[in-house]
Amino acid sequence: MAGTTTGIPANVTQGSKTKGGVGESMLRPDGTLKVTGEFAYSSDMWHEEMLWGQALRSTVAHAEIVSIDTSEALAMSGVYAVLTADDLPAAKNYGMEYQDTPVLAYGKVRHHGEPIALVAADHPETARRAAAKIKIEYRELPVITDEASATAPDAVLVHENRGDHHAGHVPHPNIVHRQPIIRGDAAEAAKKADVIVKGEYTFGMQDQAFLGPESGLAVPAEDGGVDLYVATQWLHSDLKQIAPCLGLPEEKVRMTMAGVGGAFGGREDISMQILASVLALRTGKPVKMVYNRYESFFGHVHRHPAKLYYEHGATRDGKLTHMKCKIVLDGGAYMSSTPSVVGNASSLSVGPYVIDDVEIEAIGLYTNNPPCGAMRGFGAVQACFAYEAQMDKVAAELGMDPVEFRQKNAMEQGTIMPTGQPVDSPAPVAELLRRVKARPMPPERQWESSEGADVRALPGGLSNTTHGEGVVRGVGYAVGIKNVGFSEGFDDYSTAKIRIEVINGEAVATVHTAAAEVGQGGVTIHAQIARTELGVQQVTIAPADTQVGSAGSTSAGRQTYMTGGAIKNSCEIVREKVLEIGRRKFGSYHPAWASAELLLEGGKVVTDGGEALASLVDVLEDEAVEVEEEFRHRPTQAFDLRTGQGNGHVQYAFAAHRAVVEVDTELGLVKVIELACAQDVGKAVNPLSVIGQIQGGTTQGLGVAVMEEIIVDPKTAKVKNPSFTDYLLPTILDTPTIPVDYLELADPHAPYGVRGIGEAPTLSSTPAVLAAIRAATGLELNKTPVRPEHLTGT
Amino acid sequence: MRVNFTVNGRPQEADDVWEGESLLYVLRERMGLPGSKNACEQGECGSCTVRLDGVPVCSCLVAAGQVEGREVTTVEGLADYAKHRQSAHPGGGCASGACGTSLQDAQQWTAKGQDGQTGEGTELSPIQQAFIDAGAVQCGFCTPGLLVAADELLERNDQPSDADIREALSGNLCRCTGYEKILDAVRLAAARQGEAV
Repeated sequence: MAGTTTGIPANVTQGSKTKGGVGESMLRPDGTLKVTGEFAYSSDMWHEEMLWGQALRSTVAHAEIVSIDTSEALAMSGVYAVLTADDLPAAKNYGMEYQDTPVLAYGKVRHHGEPIALVAADHPETARRAAAKIKIEYRELPVITDEASATAPDAVLVHENRGDHHAGHVPHPNIVHRQPIIRGDAAEAAKKADVIVKGEYTFGMQDQAFLGPESGLAVPAEDGGVDLYVATQWLHSDLKQIAPCLGLPEEKVRMTMAGVGGAFGGREDISMQILASVLALRTGKPVKMVYNRYESFFGHVHRHPAKLYYEHGATRDGKLTHMKCKIVLDGGAYMSSTPSVVGNASSLSVGPYVIDDVEIEAIGLYTNNPPCGAMRGFGAVQACFAYEAQMDKVAAELGMDPVEFRQKNAMEQGTIMPTGQPVDSPAPVAELLRRVKARPMPPERQWESSEGADVRALPGGLSNTTHGEGVVRGVGYAVGIKNVGFSEGFDDYSTAKIRIEVINGEAVATVHTAAAEVGQGGVTIHAQIARTELGVQQVTIAPADTQVGSAGSTSAGRQTYMTGGAIKNSCEIVREKVLEIGRRKFGSYHPAWASAELLLEGGKVVTDGGEALASLVDVLEDEAVEVEEEFRHRPTQAFDLRTGQGNGHVQYAFAAHRAVVEVDTELGLVKVIELACAQDVGKAVNPLSVIGQIQGGTTQGLGVAVMEEIIVDPKTAKVKNPSFTDYLLPTILDTPTIPVDYLELADPHAPYGVRGIGEAPTLSSTPAVLAAIRAATGLELNKTPVRPEHLTGT
Repeated sequence: MRVNFTVNGRPQEADDVWEGESLLYVLRERMGLPGSKNACEQGECGSCTVRLDGVPVCSCLVAAGQVEGREVTTVEGLADYAKHRQSAHPGGGCASGACGTSLQDAQQWTAKGQDGQTGEGTELSPIQQAFIDAGAVQCGFCTPGLLVAADELLERNDQPSDADIREALSGNLCRCTGYEKILDAVRLAAARQGEAV
């Protein structure tokens, strides 16, 4: 009986497995709320007497601000506040790695869409109209838009007085960061090459295009602080940046995660957090702020567009001799995470191949283009697009099968990276390629039938004007390597608070972390881990907030590894404490308490032989055990600034794709028929969400291959397509079947052997589609996205 | 202006509606029904899809005044709508007035109990259940619009082909899933519907 401590409970003799643990396909705990419309996303927040915040943004890319006149806006009925940078209470800049981004522009604007003024009003339309009444006089400056204009000796400087720690190392003040990697002797090795292949590649600016807009609610508190409900990827990083700008100590800025409608890196940087808080503190009223889609395109950083220059050499028997490359990443007007993107692009620029002699240089630019930062794949995506195109070119030059050529040069466990770091866990590159290649091909010309063509299945679908006369098929392959977690010596950790107690006669665990659930399924696996470690069926996931230690960012594929690791760690300590209580209460009744390996399973304490010693209910009674612990992965090192050497990465993830496309060569339209993926996931904690992540990542790579690009006018640096009408995303008609084949080769260094999953499939999907289109058309196609005019030559 | 219309079977009256306000705004900000989502507010993403007299529309493109005297069904009323599909006047789903999420509810949100079983006591339509079971929900922001569109598809075509499903859902963007599991969900709901008959 529960509550007794007088003997071994008679009803506990045999252990039973806890259901819903690590490795099982589990359904989302927030699924029901999400399908009924009850789940509260950040744009759904509501508070009595709440005001609406609206920013006014720059209409030019680079200019001095001569004057701002807010009088007409302030005079409008329903307007409570109109603020400019002069009204900011404390620090005027924020930033993740370096604080170079103004909350509101002062003195200068450096990119199109930079926020300059703020309005709070009682209706969103009043706020928009008031913002439109603010008059700003600009004195326009020349715009820096590419490497040539940025690094010219007399170039206008995007930031005149740089104080960041990269400033001393870069060859020009408009270069944010430069990372060379030199290993072996590429010039000498090139002499052994029978063929040398060069290529220039352009990767367009992609947007995360998460569906839930930047939004949240700031509520002024009685203690002079603010309570902030927002969608973000990293509460504690936000907090560190917000508090100084509000002139408040961190404990007076209390942040709670609101429902997140997708992120993909676009919520790593601050968006409306400070703006809404400033308005709330100024007006003394709750302020809700919701970007519309137009503003969202200006309100977050994008994926770095890139120029990539590659040279590969190979011997006649198909071995790569050397590689030289230069990667130019456009970071836009502010730093954001550009230095880390540069580090990734350079250290992963060789791809998953063995090349001992390399000469690599990656740079990130300051320009007046939109700021760029984190997006799924983070620097590895751009490089993969280029090196995979190069692999096809070299194979063609040698007359070899492109997959066999890749397999011949594929890295494996033990390979040394160009940074000198050994790959010390499984790296099944050749096997992943084999798996996608071995898959049966989808039938050809599926749109044809005896009655004619089903135009819905043709490239272009219902809008097609042919019957498939000019349709040709192509098949392409690609494979990629992505680092997992934060690299280059970053002190990366996560925290989890675990509590176990008896509620309504049942042992219940509560998991409290600050980890952002952005749709990837963290909340599901957190419960699975707690169940596995503590042997309880009921697990409650507490809302993420800043009342518990940092979980780090939900990015870089790190959250299952890191917060999963923190939960596992904390649970292990909880388990020990529970067993201590058990020994104290029941130890004298059974020798196994002292001698055997004890586990928690099925709500009981059991021996490793499966004998049950006590139920958790009896052990705990009215005691609760609570533990808050941090988890760190093994340390990494910064890359040497001259040679790029250093054990910079925590872990690597690998994925391969095979794309099958049909191209209407008359219309210049592409239909991707199938995009098969094979990936090593280390350990599938929740197979259902593993497949969902791989399919989602694959589709984002497909998007950039054939349609997604933020188009910036090279003369004015103005964004031309900030809407879902003009920035095209793959629909269900554009997306093919995505069969997924995953391997589980455990990483011995990671909790449960897990390997980051979310990012790798975004890498190889793009070059696989490009390779397939090239195979179909014979065209060179060195730019993303491929547009109809590239295929028809018009 | 004042607008009178029926939402999920319950007569509603909205006062002081500005002429330019969309049905989406009125639902979300005046009726406390935030289930219809505001992703593009331009008719491109389908996240705000509701049924207006049975026809799926992007509520962001419908002026509030246009719904005077008409019937609107949102994701909040979907389960009830599906249950009373044959009835001329579906309704009662929001009779308690408890649709939507207050700040207090939002703050108190916790995912309790066993995965996938947190909706104990919540009655779901077949398509809602299928989306959960197939893993078609990730961030979930597109989900309400997709559910309304998919439910309407299954109402008029109980055994849709893949091409039919793709055509019916082509106005709904999803950025997380890659759509494969959404297709699975619609197929699953159709199969279950077939079994039930």
